[in-house]
Amino acid sequence: MADRLIPHFQEELEQLKTRLLEMGGLAEDRVRSAVKALVQRDAPLVDRVIAGDAPINQLHIEIDSRCFKLLALHQPMAVDLRAIVAAVKINTDLERVGDLAINIAEAVRRYMRHAPVKELIDIPRMADIAQRMLRNALDAFVRRDTELAHGVLNEDDTLDALKTQVFRELLTYMLQDPHTIEPSLDLILISRHLERIGDHATNVAEDVIFMVSAKDVRHHAAEVVDSGQAKS
Amino acid sequence: MSAVQTVPPALSVPVRSQSSQAQTAEHPVAIDVHGLNFYYGPKRALENINIKIPSKLVTAFIGPSGCGKSTFLRTLNRMNDIIAGTRVEGKVLIEGDDIYGPGTDVVALRRRVGMVFQKSNPFPKSIFENVAYGLRLNGMARNRADLHARVEESLRAAAIWDEVKDRLHDSANALSGGQQQRLCIARALAIKPEIVLMDEPASALDPIATQRIEELIYQLKTQFTIVIVTHNMQQAARVSDRTAFFWLGKLIEEGPTDRIFTNPGEKLTEDYVTGRFG
Repeated sequence: MADRLIPHFQEELEQLKTRLLEMGGLAEDRVRSAVKALVQRDAPLVDRVIAGDAPINQLHIEIDSRCFKLLALHQPMAVDLRAIVAAVKINTDLERVGDLAINIAEAVRRYMRHAPVKELIDIPRMADIAQRMLRNALDAFVRRDTELAHGVLNEDDTLDALKTQVFRELLTYMLQDPHTIEPSLDLILISRHLERIGDHATNVAEDVIFMVSAKDVRHHAAEVVDSGQAKS
Repeated sequence: MSAVQTVPPALSVPVRSQSSQAQTAEHPVAIDVHGLNFYYGPKRALENINIKIPSKLVTAFIGPSGCGKSTFLRTLNRMNDIIAGTRVEGKVLIEGDDIYGPGTDVVALRRRVGMVFQKSNPFPKSIFENVAYGLRLNGMARNRADLHARVEESLRAAAIWDEVKDRLHDSANALSGGQQQRLCIARALAIKPEIVLMDEPASALDPIATQRIEELIYQLKTQFTIVIVTHNMQQAARVSDRTAFFWLGKLIEEGPTDRIFTNPGEKLTEDYVTGRFG
């Protein structure tokens, strides 16, 4: 038996973070698969994404239950309290990302019934950005890195701009050829889902900033980022 | 007017033990209590207690002052025997042995069922002697080297070795309150009891010393069955695997700690853990 005592609460908090990271990894992987299925027109992969939601749903329930027990049994304070409240919210965001990956896969399934409208450039870029945002937000959570979290907030604008660009470009295709309307709408939907994934990553980043610094940057993130930069 | 009026009437309390699922293959029943009544003279302090306490886990007894939790703890190693005018009915089986049965060797019982008290009570001897005393008394050390090894093992198990290893022959009274309490735990562990009873072991300590004791309790359960009485509900939540709630001498509810604190089965338990009375 060890002489040194490590509070078992801290161990359980670490386990909670590990499970959240696992969940984040699963969610990110599903987004990657859904977009890969789109680019490669891979129908079996689409089916796998749509059918494979169970592990994320199980983790969703397990993580909530862990948070619930930690709050009830350990009465955490200060940064520990903020970490667990953040974990509850991040858990919900990650579960939604998993659902959005399914929505993307369903749109891909419909899209594949038609000839490709155009070469896909911006949507894979959007997927890369959304996945990076998600990964960075979770890294920021684990490392308690507010700088990385602020970086995630800034990337959201790029994702929004790309979504608008995708919409405008597809609008021209639809105007030129009504046959492209249906598949174009699916591509627009996919870009919308990816933009929503970016929003969830943004939520996670905001929760990380609250967890670390107890500052609420929601709804006025830009001001806080600006004033933070002005000081440094 | 008595303050009793602020709590629900006793007659409406269902006596229920939900301990039927306490034991598992990994944690068989260590203490099995059947129909226990306890009297201080004519006053019944415990009423028909039935509970199975699993081995190698921490079980916490909670409840308001005077609910009988400490009295019940002391029935588990017959510590109440020394109080005049007390009487016990019912059975307490420890690993199947009825400790109130005829022919029970109370000294041997207390070797199997050790105890740590609210106020640390080291002997007025050296740190080393406090732990060595019980080992010598029970003839548990083969020789000097073995005695030293066992003292060190116990001090390590109680997570105090690093703090005292360079001053083993200093007086135990020179230690801080928290250290004294861990020394008393080391003393209790030295004679290898199966069960360790703890009566408010941290209530006289500051928060840091309390946290150390709590972590210690959490770690000791891999080797010992631990039963702890605490008036601090949060402490019960933090350290125990199972929690039993006592009220007016009755066991109201017993079950996994996370359930007792998140979704208790009885209204009384819910009222107590949410601070609505007690």
